[in-house]
Amino acid sequence: MFPKPIEKSSRTWQLGYQALLPTVMLLWLAPLLAVALFSIRPDSDFLVGNYWGWPSSFEMAKNYGMVFGSAMPRYIMNSFLITMPTVIGAVALSCMTGFALGVYKFRGNLLIFFMFIAGNFVPFQILMVPVRDLTLDIGLYNTKTGLVLFHIAFQTGFCTLFMRNFIKALPYELIEAARVEGIAEWRIFWFVVLPLMKPAIAALSVLIFTFIWNDYFWAIVLTQGENAQPVTAGITSFNAQFRAMYHLMSAGSIIAALPPVLMFFLMQKHFIAGLTLGAVK
Amino acid sequence: MNTTLVKQNWYKRNEIAITPWLFLVPGLIMFAIYVVFPIFQSFRISLFKWDGLGSLATHGEYIGMANYEKLLTRDRSFNISLWNNLKWLVFYLASIPAGLFIALFLNQTVRGIRLYKSLFFFPFVISQIVVGLVFTWFYDPQYGLFNGIIGFVGFKPLNVLGDPTLSTYGVIAAGLWPQTAYCMILYLTGLNSVDPEQTEAARLDGAKGIKMLWHVILPQLRPATFIAFVVTVIGSLRSFDLISIMTNGGPFGSSRVLSFYMFEKSLSEYGFKMGYGAAIAVILFLIMMVFIGYFLWRMYQDEKATNG
Repeated sequence: MFPKPIEKSSRTWQLGYQALLPTVMLLWLAPLLAVALFSIRPDSDFLVGNYWGWPSSFEMAKNYGMVFGSAMPRYIMNSFLITMPTVIGAVALSCMTGFALGVYKFRGNLLIFFMFIAGNFVPFQILMVPVRDLTLDIGLYNTKTGLVLFHIAFQTGFCTLFMRNFIKALPYELIEAARVEGIAEWRIFWFVVLPLMKPAIAALSVLIFTFIWNDYFWAIVLTQGENAQPVTAGITSFNAQFRAMYHLMSAGSIIAALPPVLMFFLMQKHFIAGLTLGAVK
Repeated sequence: MNTTLVKQNWYKRNEIAITPWLFLVPGLIMFAIYVVFPIFQSFRISLFKWDGLGSLATHGEYIGMANYEKLLTRDRSFNISLWNNLKWLVFYLASIPAGLFIALFLNQTVRGIRLYKSLFFFPFVISQIVVGLVFTWFYDPQYGLFNGIIGFVGFKPLNVLGDPTLSTYGVIAAGLWPQTAYCMILYLTGLNSVDPEQTEAARLDGAKGIKMLWHVILPQLRPATFIAFVVTVIGSLRSFDLISIMTNGGPFGSSRVLSFYMFEKSLSEYGFKMGYGAAIAVILFLIMMVFIGYFLWRMYQDEKATNG
């Protein structure tokens, strides 16, 4: 059941394949296309039951304008203010931990490495009560900072796994050569290893951006209300406000989903490189 | 002797031993505070009756294993949640063959195939909240696309999310959408490294169909399958967002899973039962540790193999 390369198959199948591709894709994305279609309908369409027919008018500007007039831009802004510092913090920390675990041989190396990996897989609920308490105690409950600190710490687990494996695959002779030259260890990190890590940094940044942007659980555990909540949590209040106004809820969802989608399309190569690390040997 | 010189010499002499620890410290501290200690704290909290107000030491009441005893013997909602977790675990695995199937379908070189691959991957990039909303509307009994389709084929409309026997399956189906996309991308990358000569040789030997897939292709895709298995199992046990958005655990608690039930017990309008919630979290943690232990063991074998 391993399809032959299409160039080697019959002309009919080649044409059939070309026709099949867009059809399957439309089916695959149907739920999403339905929402996109909802988001440009006028509300009167929903009142008369015209859900799937041709829209009676195109109200894209009006619907999306309404979304931008709500609290939505505020939530989006919060999402950015939470996501960006987390990406920077987690990538910075894991460049260092990855360097330490990937370059040096010392007792406990593998143990620490496995601790980071295991921590990255634990259920969020086992952390929930203590982390919420801690955040309350240090006065960061319902702040973006509180959320950012937790995200940085938690993402360090996954990022360390990624960075350590990446650094481990770099040619070790480079580091040895630098040592022979008498270069200090921290300079080796800064001038030899770090420049080689650019692709890994790019891949991780895109990946963490998406993970954090899409986080919902910690957003509802550590924040409430417009001043700190990111868009994933904000959209539920948005939907409560516009209950049953499907054209607006659809437009809101599309806006909330857009930044990671754009990020993915712009940085596709890095994104996939990051996600599939370990899928090939 | 000049002390700074001594210090410098001491540092110089031990530079290679000290440097890794200096680099590890910031990450380790953060990880310890927010991940490692909280796990132990949750274990402790699970032995208390505590409403989360005031500190555990002054306001909590130590009750030993009572929370666990109640969970395991007298809590029907816990049973339902655990059972649903199992359903998630089993049915979510369908995303692995589904992802493989789509990857095989898309593994061709025709014009625009890269765009198609990206578009198929799309569901994984958008947040589960949006996926949940999209599927809630998809299932809408009155004007959802789902009922449009089954009505077209001649079935009576179904209220998937409003039916206690169907709701969990409805949510799992929604979860399969992004997860299949994830597995697909893992397999697409894996397929890049499948050796075309081996495939061709097998074809000349008459290998076809399932046999070809099973004996020639899948062994070469083993690393991708392992990662797909890891992320799917973890993903299934972590399911929370979709349930929260699509059914909020209902109807009548029929679509709860442990992660959701824990949240509901600890932080919802039903009151803050932190100790009881922590006990649920501990059980979920122990279930996941079985899998995490297995993954780590596999990775350890790999490490040993590569380091000689």
